[in-house]
Amino acid sequence: MATNDTALTPPAHEEHHTSTGLDNTKMAMWAFLGSECLFFGSLISTYLLYRSRAGSGPTPGEIYDIPFTSVSSFVLLMSSLTMVLALAAIQRGDERGLRTWLLATAFLGMTFIGGQVYEFTTFYEEGLALSKSPFGSAFFMATGFHGAHVTVGILMLLALVGMSMAGRLTVDGARKVELIGLYWHFVDIVWIVIFTVVYLVPTE
Amino acid sequence: MASTEVHPPRESEELGHHPSPKKYVWVAIILAIVTAAEVAIYYIPGIDAFLIPGLIVFAVLKFVMVALYFMHLKFDSKLFRRLFVTGIVLAFVVFTIVLLTFFLRPEAAGISG
Repeated sequence: MATNDTALTPPAHEEHHTSTGLDNTKMAMWAFLGSECLFFGSLISTYLLYRSRAGSGPTPGEIYDIPFTSVSSFVLLMSSLTMVLALAAIQRGDERGLRTWLLATAFLGMTFIGGQVYEFTTFYEEGLALSKSPFGSAFFMATGFHGAHVTVGILMLLALVGMSMAGRLTVDGARKVELIGLYWHFVDIVWIVIFTVVYLVPTE
Repeated sequence: MASTEVHPPRESEELGHHPSPKKYVWVAIILAIVTAAEVAIYYIPGIDAFLIPGLIVFAVLKFVMVALYFMHLKFDSKLFRRLFVTGIVLAFVVFTIVLLTFFLRPEAAGISG
């Protein structure tokens, strides 16, 4: 008897009738992530060039709250675990597990964004603004664009939960979760770089 | 009764073998420990010469672990790995060009002080 579970069988064992034998959507996602490396590489390069140009505003050493950002980083890192557990759940046909882990990932993502909003507000009150100094511009652009990516990821995760509840994650459900998972993990590894380069590497 | 067909392995299907949830949890524990070590060395006084290399090593380790295990690059087709590595290499090329340009002509970037 065909069950809902069998409909959720992972497509990893499907044959893809493409010239590479690989799924084109997954290929496109990897090409997109490769191009995103360039995007964030440019933002981080710009930050490295301008971080010592604080002008009359606060310097990185004066303004960063490393313990707070460390907790945020840990939260985002753990969201990668919950994301991959969501994928593992749908690959074994466990829709309830899928929804639980997707919601956990979205919650951790929202916690991270909440922390970033708090941090930006605090920095603004302490005199660091987008147009205050080259350092301020570079900092808000790099971390702000990353935050925007996390926000898009959260929306996609919630959309997946909605699709699952509506029973619309059927044959290619695992592939959709995998693609959005790749995006989410990418956002996580970008933060690994930002956390080290922007926050931890000291300015002279 | 539904029969289960066994397909011969294809290059594109070397992928199917993703780690178990238990292995994912172990990877996450290692990532958490590395993050804690990263933050700890930031606070250790008197290791200025080793701080930046240490931070870079920890960040690269975390980056590689997430890419290999959570993004499944270790198990998926090599073509995906090549696409991603190409992006990273291009990012470093852009970074190097920007640094060279700005340091050769600092007045152009307003960093000449």
